[in-house]
Amino acid sequence: MAHAHQEHAHAGEHGHDHKPPFFVRWFYSTNHKDIGTLYLIFAILAGIIGGAMSGLMRMELAEPGVTFLTQFSGGDPIAAANFYNVLITYHGLIMIFFMVMPAMIGGFGNWFVPIMIGAPDMAFPRMNNISFWLYAASGVLLTLSLFAAGDTGQLGFGGGWVLYPPLSVRGSPGPAMDLLILSLHLAGASSILGAINFITTIFNMRAPGMTLHKMPLFAWAVLVTAFLLVLSLPVLAGAITMLLADRNFGTAFFDAAAGGDPILYQHLFWFFGHPEVYILILPGFGIISHVVSTFSRKPIFGYLGMAYAMVAIGFVGFIVWAHHMYTVGLSVNMKAYFVAATMVIAVPTGIKIFSWIATMWGGSIVFKTPMLWAIGFIFLFTVGGVTGVVLANAGIDHYLHDTYYVVAHFHYVLSLGAVFAIFAGWYYWFAKMTGKMYREWLGQLHFWIMFVGVNLIFFPQHFLGLQGMPRRYIDYPEAFATWNEVSTWGYYVTVLGVAVFAVAMFDAFFVYRRKAEANPWGEGATTLEWTLPSPPPFHQFNELPRFDRGDAKAF
Amino acid sequence: MTDAGPTDRKQIVKTNRRTALVVAGVVAAMVGLSFAAVPAYRAFCQVTGWGGTTQRADAAADAILERAVTIRFDGTTGADLPWRFRPEQISQTLKVGESGLAFYEAENLSDRPVTGRATYNVSPAKAGLYFKKIDCFCFTEQRLAPGEKVSMPVTYFIDPAIARDRNLDDVQTITLSYTFFRWDDEDAPPAESGAE
Repeated sequence: MAHAHQEHAHAGEHGHDHKPPFFVRWFYSTNHKDIGTLYLIFAILAGIIGGAMSGLMRMELAEPGVTFLTQFSGGDPIAAANFYNVLITYHGLIMIFFMVMPAMIGGFGNWFVPIMIGAPDMAFPRMNNISFWLYAASGVLLTLSLFAAGDTGQLGFGGGWVLYPPLSVRGSPGPAMDLLILSLHLAGASSILGAINFITTIFNMRAPGMTLHKMPLFAWAVLVTAFLLVLSLPVLAGAITMLLADRNFGTAFFDAAAGGDPILYQHLFWFFGHPEVYILILPGFGIISHVVSTFSRKPIFGYLGMAYAMVAIGFVGFIVWAHHMYTVGLSVNMKAYFVAATMVIAVPTGIKIFSWIATMWGGSIVFKTPMLWAIGFIFLFTVGGVTGVVLANAGIDHYLHDTYYVVAHFHYVLSLGAVFAIFAGWYYWFAKMTGKMYREWLGQLHFWIMFVGVNLIFFPQHFLGLQGMPRRYIDYPEAFATWNEVSTWGYYVTVLGVAVFAVAMFDAFFVYRRKAEANPWGEGATTLEWTLPSPPPFHQFNELPRFDRGDAKAF
Repeated sequence: MTDAGPTDRKQIVKTNRRTALVVAGVVAAMVGLSFAAVPAYRAFCQVTGWGGTTQRADAAADAILERAVTIRFDGTTGADLPWRFRPEQISQTLKVGESGLAFYEAENLSDRPVTGRATYNVSPAKAGLYFKKIDCFCFTEQRLAPGEKVSMPVTYFIDPAIARDRNLDDVQTITLSYTFFRWDDEDAPPAESGAE
């Protein structure tokens, strides 16, 4: 066996990487890096579609009155309003389930977790393949649902990404909602299989001597995320199965007319939904830790604190769900509990923010593109975190619930936080994944345009929310016109940023074509992926790296 | 894996399989728990009165306090129930512990017999635990002949225990609300009361 492996390694040096032919490689793929690449491509496509949807929404909201979406509805303002509701629903679902999750977990997770822990591949490579293709099938179902009848004269489901009944049961009798439920079932099954794979890989396949307490923080982040997936997604699956049964099989889980309770759906949904927002951001925490450490040329400050802060966030994330439901009529005592528990999350999150700052403190900081995105992340995530603490107060939330203040809050932590983390990871690992360098100034230009753009979109939405503008409406009174117009300008600036991103990528692949070294970032980049060539061989670690001799550190 | 012989590889495969099975078991348990949440949630609301779920009592209160509470009445129907349904009084003011008797009027506007059943709660929700019904038309379904008009009673009292709950000190008005829904299944056994 050992002999065969060495031969393998030898062959690899001569460029015969044993890559299968195109179709087998990409469709029957069991290689964690290829599957990661597929996930990243999937996420980029979904991001473009979801981003285009936000464009339609922002163009409609640029001025008061129903003026823009009527182009798609033959001039009928009611049909345009239905279309707007469909857009907000699918924008949310696509960005959460088909952009951020596949990029962070499926993409970067698949690519770098096995490499960082010194494993040759994931524990169950074929299950990994199933996970991806379930995701692809789920994406197809979601697209079909967008073009299926939701209600008379309306395509798609327009009840918001939370799918609350009774709108998702009695209010949307067409097949669109059923297809959407099945799509989420498949996406959930895919993520659960992926989570089982990550947990098994991280627990059993670490290189000799790499204890959990020596494991890189990105692997820690994905481990915690995988546990959140395993514990929360089955509850979503249960809740939407009940929806499906209420719609088609005459049950009454959520139907008040027959003794059910629609509020129960909200409890089940948010028991999933709140951990879900940490699922979206925790891998980003991991990425940011690596980038900050690399470009400060210092080990991360408070490694154990960073790891267990993520564990704590994951744990507390399960017992705060009702802060999404302050206005449903919870008792004062119950609200008091959920306020307190929610505020507790600020503690481990604060530990992370301050540890990143402490890592930079006294370091020799290099402001390369990934570092700009990472610092941008820390700033934007902190802004979103502060408005989160504001919203955690039940009393204030009664006023701000379902206003643009909430929209601004969760876009600061997710649309800006998670997406900036994804871009940080993208620029950080681009050379590793593709073997090519991008042009530094293009990456930096992308960052600055996007940073201005997204702040221009979402910062004014705080003002709109405080002034009482409700979310999920196609129209608004004249009084909200100014900041909505600014917000729409911000969208155009952001699109320009995305265009620069496209140019930077095209340039890197076809014009600049600079070959990347194994470690382009220098001494700060200490994790295992930088010991491999760029791109890594098709099969890595034929000889496992060891951390059990001397005091070798993985991070 | 230089020193990983075939036995080691088998060992890893075995360990991996065991880990995956344990995690899959957790997934199955969470699915089970999400369905178990349905009866658990209902029982929880009935016992604690959360969500404004009112309570049942077999007999009137054993004490009457000086404190007075105003009960307001509200009645609506589901969209598919062809009834007119409304309270016959706007409000009643009575002392805590004193039994009240209120009436609701229901009329079948259609030309067919229709069965309906009322769901109910009180607002503020925290008063649910102390709002006790001795008898109510909502305990069973009601069947009205075409054009039939009935007056339906509800007997209730406010539990004197309300005086010992400081959270209820600010409550001077309680709104009792009913929504009548169509009850399709004519042959169904009477469902247990307390459905929200």
